[in-house]
Amino acid sequence: MTAVLEIRNLHVSIDGKPILKGVNLTVRQGEVHALMGRNGSGKSTLAYALMGHPAYTVDEGQIIFDGQDLLEMEADARSRAGLFLAFQYPVAVPGVTLANFLRASINARRKEANPEDKGISIQEFRRLLMGKMQSLKVDPSFAGRYLNEGFSGGEKKRAEILQLATLEPKIAVLDETDSGLDIDALRVVADGINNLIGPNLGVLVITHYEQFLNYIKPQFVHVMYDGRVVEEGGFDLAEKIQAQGYDWVAEKYATA
Amino acid sequence: MTLRTRNKLIAPTLTREMVEQLSASKNEPSWLLNARLTAWELYDTLNMPSMQAEAWRRTDYTTIRWEQAGSLVQGSSAGVEVIPAENLAPLIGEAQGGLIAAVDGKIVHSELSDALKAQGIIFCDFETAAREHEALFRTHLMTTAVHPNEDKFAAMHAAFWTHGVFLYVPRGKAVELPLHSVFYNTTNGLTLGHVLVVVEEGAQVTYLHEYRSASGVEQHMAYVGMTELLIGERANLRYVALQDWAANANDIRHERARVAANGQLDWIIGTMGGRFVKQFAEIELDGEGAFGRMSGLFFADTNQFFDHDTQQNHNAPHTTSDLLFKGALKDEARTVWQGMIKVLPNAQKTDGFQANRNLVLSKAARADSIPGLEIEANDVRCTHAATIGKLEDEPIFYLMSRGMTRQDAERLIVAGFFDPIMQRIPFEEVRARLTAHIEEKLERMAQLA
Repeated sequence: MTAVLEIRNLHVSIDGKPILKGVNLTVRQGEVHALMGRNGSGKSTLAYALMGHPAYTVDEGQIIFDGQDLLEMEADARSRAGLFLAFQYPVAVPGVTLANFLRASINARRKEANPEDKGISIQEFRRLLMGKMQSLKVDPSFAGRYLNEGFSGGEKKRAEILQLATLEPKIAVLDETDSGLDIDALRVVADGINNLIGPNLGVLVITHYEQFLNYIKPQFVHVMYDGRVVEEGGFDLAEKIQAQGYDWVAEKYATA
Repeated sequence: MTLRTRNKLIAPTLTREMVEQLSASKNEPSWLLNARLTAWELYDTLNMPSMQAEAWRRTDYTTIRWEQAGSLVQGSSAGVEVIPAENLAPLIGEAQGGLIAAVDGKIVHSELSDALKAQGIIFCDFETAAREHEALFRTHLMTTAVHPNEDKFAAMHAAFWTHGVFLYVPRGKAVELPLHSVFYNTTNGLTLGHVLVVVEEGAQVTYLHEYRSASGVEQHMAYVGMTELLIGERANLRYVALQDWAANANDIRHERARVAANGQLDWIIGTMGGRFVKQFAEIELDGEGAFGRMSGLFFADTNQFFDHDTQQNHNAPHTTSDLLFKGALKDEARTVWQGMIKVLPNAQKTDGFQANRNLVLSKAARADSIPGLEIEANDVRCTHAATIGKLEDEPIFYLMSRGMTRQDAERLIVAGFFDPIMQRIPFEEVRARLTAHIEEKLERMAQLA
C-alpha cells in the first residue's frame, strides 16, 4: 500500500506569530516533489511542523500520514511511522557516535514492531551500515565520529542522507539539503538521494535554489509565498523560476 | 553562639580511652599507640573546620548526625559473605592477584597469590603490616603523603583508624594481575579506613579499591578515610577507586599521591553513593618528568551531596598533570568540584590541564565548579575549563526525529556526555560498572517522570 502524506489547510505559528497560513500539499510514496520559495516564505517551518518540533504550534489544519493523524503523535512516533526529515542544520550530539546513534534509531523501530526485540546484532548492523556507507561513498571512519561534531557542511549533509538511507522511511522531507554545499559535494549528495528514490520513497525537496533540482528531477513543483503554496506545476515551474526568479510570484500574490 | 562552641557541639565525642582500647584490641606495638595518642592530642586541640574556610564554605558537614555516625563501630559479627559477590569478583580482567575485604572496620578476608608473595609483594591489612613489616609500614604511614595535622578529620583518622590495606611493590617488580580490596559496611556508626600504597622505583601495579555499604540502614554512618599513594621513580600505578555507599553514608576522605621523577599515576575515581561526600584528592608531582592523571566520574541524585576537592601540584620541572571530572546531577542533588593547579617557581616546562564538566538534569539540582590556577613559574602551559550544562531541547528533538523515545534520547545524550571520561578508563568492566550505575540512576528518573 502506498503511503500518502497529506497536509490540509495547515496553519502554524511560532511564539504566537503566524508563519504558515493554510498550506495544502500531498506527497505520495514514490513521488518526488520540490517545494520552492524565497527565504522566509515558510518552507522550513513546514518541515519542522511536519516532524513535530515542540516550538511550532499548529493552530489549524491537519497532517495525515499513512492514514494516521500526525498531529496526535510526537516526533519519535512520526519517525517510526515512516516520516523522515533531513535537517538543514543538524545539531552536534557530543559523545554519541554516528554508529551508536543509528543503531539506537534502528532499535527504536524494531522495538516498536516487536516489544520483545533485543535489538539488531552488532554484526548485522555493521554489515548494514558499511553497505550504506559504501553506496554513499562515505568514509568508514565516519561511523566512529561523534554525531555532527566538527563535521564540515558537506559531511553533515552526507550524514543526513546516510541516516535517510539506513532508516528507509516512506516519505522524506529534505530541508535545504543543498545549502552550504559546493558543486562537488552537491553532486555527491544528489547522487545519494537519487539512488534512494524509487517506488518505496516519496521525497519533498525544500530549496530556494533551483540548481539542486537539475540533479534531482522532481515531477511536481510547488512554490510557497507568505505561508501558502501559491503555484503548482511540473518541472517547467522550476525552470520558470530559474529563468525569472521569484519577483513575479511576489507581484502576483502580494496582498497590499 | 560563637563558632567555637558550635564546633564543640558538632564534633563527635571521642576520648583518649577509646584510642587506648582500640590500640589494645589490635595488639599494637607501642610506637603505633604513641602515634595514635599524639594524633588524639591534635584531634582534641583542633577545631572542626571553619565554615568560612574555602574548602568547606559550600559543604555543610553539620548535617552529619554524629550522635548516630560518631561512635566507633565495634562488635559486628558480619563476615565476608555479606559483601555482594560483584564487589569481590575481579573487575579488572578475569583474575586478580589478591583480595582484601573489610566489613564494618574489620578485616574479614585477605589473600595474595603465591606468585606475588614470591616476588616480594606485600598486600595485607594494617595489623599484619604493623606486626610483620614494621619498618616499611612505619616509614610510610602518614609520614609522606597525608599527615595527621591536615585538619580535625585527618587527626581523627590518625588517632582512630579502624582498618587499612597496605600494598607494597618492591623496586622493579611488575605486578601483572590487579589487586583488589573492598571496604564494606552494614551498620551505622564510624569507621576509618586507610589505603596505603608504596610502589618503588621502576615497579608497576594496578589496584582496584571499592567502597560500599548495605542499604536499608536508617541511621547515619560516617567513613573518615585516608588514601596515600607513593609512586617511586619510573614507577607506574593505576589506581581505581569506586564508591557506592548507601544513602545513609557520610564520607570524608583525605587522599594524596606523590609521584617521583618519571613516575606515572593514572587515578580513576567513581563516586555514586553516599549522602555526603567530601573528598580531597591531590597529586604532588615531586620529581622531574612525573606524570599524574586523574579521571573522576560522578552522578548525584536524590539529595546527595558530593564535594570533590582536587589539587595538582607541580613541584618539579617537566611535570605533567591531566585532570578531568565529569558529573551528572538530578533530583535535588548538589555537587561541588573545586580544583587547583599549583606550579612552584622551579617547575618550568610543566603542562597542567584541568576540566570539570557537569550535566544538570533537573531544576532543583545544583552544581558548583571552581577551577583555579596558581602559577609561580614563567614557562609553563596550564589550561582549565569548567562547564555546567543542562539537557538541551534541540539534540533531544533531533534524536526523537529518528524514532527514539524521549527517554532513550535523554539516555543517549547522558551516555554521550560521559563518553570522554569513559574513554580515559582503560578497563572495560569498570566502564560497564559505571555505565550500569548511570543507567540505574536515569531509570529511577524515568519511573518518576
